[in-house]
Amino acid sequence: MKTMKPNNTALPLSRDSSKQSIFRFILSELKPKGKIFTPFNIISIPIILTGIVLIVIRFIYGIGSVTNLSQEVPWGLWIGFDVVTGVAFAGGAYVITFLVYILNREKYHSIVRVTVLNGFLAYVFYAGALLLDLGRPWNVVNPIIGNSFGTSSVLFLVAWHFLLYMIAELIEFSPAIAEWLGAKRARKILSGMTIAAVIFGITLSTLHQSGLGALYLMAKDKIHPLWYSEFIPVLFLVSSVFAGLSMVIFEGAISHKVFFKQISEKNQTSQKGIVLGLAKICAGAMFAYFFLQLLVFIHQKRWDLLDTPMGYWYLLEMLGFVLLPMILYVYSYKKSNINLAKVAAIITMLGIILNRLNVTVIGFRWDAAIRYFPTWMELAVTLTVIFTEIWIFRWIIKRMPVLSEPPSWAKENK
Amino acid sequence: MSLDRRDFLKTIGIAGLTLCTPDILKAGKSKDSDREFRGMLYDSTRCVGCQTCETLCAEAHGLPPPVGELKAGVVRKTDDQHRTVVNCYKTSKGEVFIKTQCMHCNEPACASACLTQAMYKTKQGPVIWSGNKCMGCRYCMVSCPFDAPKFEYHSANPKIQKCTMCYEKMAKGGIPVCAENCPAEAIKFGSRREMLAEARKRIVENPDTYVDEVYGDHTAGGTGFLYISPVPFSELGLNTKIQNESYPALSKGFLYSVPTIFVLLPPILLGIYEATKKNQTHENNETE
Repeated sequence: MKTMKPNNTALPLSRDSSKQSIFRFILSELKPKGKIFTPFNIISIPIILTGIVLIVIRFIYGIGSVTNLSQEVPWGLWIGFDVVTGVAFAGGAYVITFLVYILNREKYHSIVRVTVLNGFLAYVFYAGALLLDLGRPWNVVNPIIGNSFGTSSVLFLVAWHFLLYMIAELIEFSPAIAEWLGAKRARKILSGMTIAAVIFGITLSTLHQSGLGALYLMAKDKIHPLWYSEFIPVLFLVSSVFAGLSMVIFEGAISHKVFFKQISEKNQTSQKGIVLGLAKICAGAMFAYFFLQLLVFIHQKRWDLLDTPMGYWYLLEMLGFVLLPMILYVYSYKKSNINLAKVAAIITMLGIILNRLNVTVIGFRWDAAIRYFPTWMELAVTLTVIFTEIWIFRWIIKRMPVLSEPPSWAKENK
Repeated sequence: MSLDRRDFLKTIGIAGLTLCTPDILKAGKSKDSDREFRGMLYDSTRCVGCQTCETLCAEAHGLPPPVGELKAGVVRKTDDQHRTVVNCYKTSKGEVFIKTQCMHCNEPACASACLTQAMYKTKQGPVIWSGNKCMGCRYCMVSCPFDAPKFEYHSANPKIQKCTMCYEKMAKGGIPVCAENCPAEAIKFGSRREMLAEARKRIVENPDTYVDEVYGDHTAGGTGFLYISPVPFSELGLNTKIQNESYPALSKGFLYSVPTIFVLLPPILLGIYEATKKNQTHENNETE
């Protein structure tokens, strides 16, 4: 990746270029840029190939042939991690667009595109992973095309919101695609739609981030009482704020190493201020979250459950993966220590994984005689989904003006 | 074509009438008995554990015959090939049999969970599944407090299997095979109201035989399948921790908040957007 050509954002197309040349341009862009044998590729290619084989097996012999799902535990790693956790991590997009477009905090403008792109791809891949988990995926359009609206279902709401939010994020990101293709008129029209898409997108996010938690409201007797409460939706929503922002910090730290050449000088210098600002927001959101968890805990009088193995597990999550990273975040912006913020981001993300899995997998049927544990094949398919997403992310970053400055004509248009 | 005021009012009136009348007519015609849910009463003092219901259920629905030995202490479970199962428990009153299957709730969690209405409660009472709508998400299974819906994990075209109260047979005036053929008359079929009355009658007439409780009367908001038993239901492996309120009620609060947020949040966001934008231009003016 280091040998990559320094500048890919120069646009070879002029406005009046013919359709044929656009086609040729896209074709030339499809070719890989940079080295093929990087450590990431060497690890990810065999896993992706294995994953594809497993997906084929899954569609021929049924879900039971690759997963450990049972009649008692119908949702496992693919829903609990890929969808529920993945979407929480994608929450950065709605928070950052809120900061930049609604609150007009220009400071964060440089990370809008990469965050929205990340969010969009997360939805496409992690919500797309849902298709692998559907027993009858050919009926997936049923709740959308209108022959059967299950309006009383939380999942109905979540499905619609996923779809609409993907469209909203695509609109938010579309100016970058227009700049890549050199489509000036299209860019102007698409940029004009940004505010509407942002407002719509934030509303949708509020509802489906909480909706993912609300999915589990009816599983009252199946989830460990330390993780079940009528406040799951609110807890999921509040935690998606710092889950998403921690992901932004983490992803930013990696991008600054891997895609160093794409990042404009201006953005490199502004990174510190951005990270510390996000750290502050994370700390605030985490405080609210921790306080809310505490209220729920006290309100439900769960003291007797603390002195059990699940109780210790709960304390570990709350103290080690919420309170500790919150304190680290506070320290990081007090001391202006950007590395501390990155450490805090990683611990927070682990905490989110822990929390989402505790609700959806670990605490689900915690008292069953035979516990669900994912097969290596479920894990391989999950990794396949993640790696494929990173591949597409990298492909886009190296071609479109996401981390790099938009072309000069686009700035003038502004 | 011009429309004067009188014509307009007439049209409105006619339109209004046509909109109202069908409902008025319907309300006049239908009686409570037409709408009543069918239900079943299972009396575990009568059941002898012959497994006739299991065998005939499997035959009627083209499923493999029952597996596993029926004996005290061994808990067999319904699965994607067995819609009903009879188990035997050692209780304070000796060995007692109990049949398990879908409970056909009055307000089924599975049906309210289904985003395509593939799982639904029929007007007659049975909760049934239709394959041409189902997308196999298994949210019904996550939601059902009784774990009734079962999924065919080893099929490329998987179906949800569960007791349908022999809905197709019932639609033609028949009664479910298990109730029809039970040699001990442990299973009775009729309207849910009648079944509940029958259950109470048996309890009142034989207070020493039964515990004074009908499982399913209030459980999960009331179920179509009702149980009476000589011992507390917890001794028979029935889940007695299930709440008396219906399960769909648990997500109602969230679903009600959705339209509120959907209507109120965008204008609030737009307001903040306008407010901060103005601030910005104001600041710019000051600095200039």
